[in-house]
Amino acid sequence: MGELWRAFRKDKAAVAGLAVIALFVLAALLAPVLAPYDPNFQFMDGLTDDGQPLPPSERFWFGTDRLGRDQLARVLYGGGVSLLIGVLANGFAVLIGTLLGVTAGYVKGRIGAAIMRFTDLMMAFPALLLGIALAAILKPSLFIVALVIALVSWVQVARVVYTETLALAERDFIEAARALGASPTRILFRHLIPHLMPTVLVYGTLGIATTVLFEATLSFVGVGVQPPMPSWGKMIFDSQSYYLTAPWLVFIPGAAILITALAFNLAGDGLRDALDPTQRGRR
Amino acid sequence: MLTYLAKRLVTSAFILLGVTLVTFCMTFLIPADPVAMIAGRNSTEQSRQLIREQLGLHRPLPVQYADYVVRLAQGDFGRSFARKTDVGELIWSRLPATLLLMLGAIVAELLIGLPAGIWAASRRGRRSDKAVMTLSFVGVSAPQFVVGLSLLYVFAFWLQWLPLGGYGTVWHLILPAITLGIAGGGWYSRMMRSSMVDVLRQDYIRTARAKGVPEWRVVLKHGLKNAILPIIAMIGLDVGIFMSGVVVVESVFGWPGIGQLMWGAIQALDIPIIMGVTVVAAAFIILGNLLADLVTPLIDPRIRLR
Repeated sequence: MGELWRAFRKDKAAVAGLAVIALFVLAALLAPVLAPYDPNFQFMDGLTDDGQPLPPSERFWFGTDRLGRDQLARVLYGGGVSLLIGVLANGFAVLIGTLLGVTAGYVKGRIGAAIMRFTDLMMAFPALLLGIALAAILKPSLFIVALVIALVSWVQVARVVYTETLALAERDFIEAARALGASPTRILFRHLIPHLMPTVLVYGTLGIATTVLFEATLSFVGVGVQPPMPSWGKMIFDSQSYYLTAPWLVFIPGAAILITALAFNLAGDGLRDALDPTQRGRR
Repeated sequence: MLTYLAKRLVTSAFILLGVTLVTFCMTFLIPADPVAMIAGRNSTEQSRQLIREQLGLHRPLPVQYADYVVRLAQGDFGRSFARKTDVGELIWSRLPATLLLMLGAIVAELLIGLPAGIWAASRRGRRSDKAVMTLSFVGVSAPQFVVGLSLLYVFAFWLQWLPLGGYGTVWHLILPAITLGIAGGGWYSRMMRSSMVDVLRQDYIRTARAKGVPEWRVVLKHGLKNAILPIIAMIGLDVGIFMSGVVVVESVFGWPGIGQLMWGAIQALDIPIIMGVTVVAAAFIILGNLLADLVTPLIDPRIRLR
């Protein structure tokens, strides 16, 4: 663990990514304390005389939205929703992908083939279209949104884990375990899965960048979490028709999404390099 | 080669069949009953039964599925709930715009990604290399609707160099193509860099350098020829990313393609259109993957197909 951290620390971009993640998670957790106002309170004087949102000011740092609500409070609370869905969805996706991939790679035979054909099928689906279609039909809650995103994003994890399992299964220590009479389940959980942990860890981080973007896109298309729950994507969806007159309503949550995805990408990339010593000299 | 092609075509057909099975199952997830929707609130059980028979919903599920596939094969995608028109016609009339946009996006991502990757590889390990690689993650991490709205704000509204969305001229294509291609540009710059780094380590490059060939010529002539091949082979795989992206990009820019059609159908919960677009998009993705597999041995004879 200490060695991993030493290798990770050398990559400044990755450390910056990790710091941003920590900061955003903290800000989302402390939203009730940090937010200056209630995110759903509509200020009587929160709009201009002709009903336009207020630009950023000393009172409303990020301005107000089309209903006269404080944008800063909504960005803080929305961050919690976006991050929670991103982390949950990616957790599910990595779980499904790892279990299916390791099973297909180790059990082989008919079950393995069936699983891999199924991943081929999922690869042919436009992930976003399928996700949109599912979310549109299901009228989603926070949990359902996370599940829908997971259902269309586990495929890549499954394929990577599958290839790695194939290589691992040929190794001597697996052969030895089998010779000692270990059951397939024991080999799977005690010997194979621990060796897959680096991959799982990398996808557990990198994948969040994708799922956060996915959630934002679902919300932007109008099939994400339902009001009044704010999520960054939903905030942009609500105010997209104001983007010329009140651009801060689009660009502040937009920047938040970009910075979050970027942070997870940088941290995940750094983690991958730190976990894979063969890659270290090549950078 | 021919047996491989035949094998791949058969697999592709099966995958497409699987896709139709999933879209077919999706219709049963809809909470609203289509029969009740058509019959109206004050309908009798008799009239509902009549409609059910007209729609063929009284038959066993496998028969309904077979019927659905046969219709699809004939190009019959059913009728839109909201627009009361033929879904197949709607999709076909909008497909050219989407394909044009995707073509533009391929040009955009290559124009962004390749030079950035080549430059980073030629300055490997230096600060500029690190900067380009970090920047490539910005391209990958940017939500398309934010990129699209930002480009519109700066280049169409503020500078007024380009039109505020719409369709028709080359000028209309530029911003949507960049928006759709920017993530791909990020990935391509990373792949181009690592491909180039691998090539530049080979003996024939050392020979070229030893001969006294100037460095820019080594990179752009000797290196690029080999480094670019695996990248070109990947273009077919982009179709999947594009097919997802067009929904957002086309609706932001008012581009009249199947993505915009999908957007409208989502807001109206028009299931036949959603299903139709999904099937057509999947068909294009399968075609793109097939193309990528077939192109690989053509450009690199060392790879043999089985």
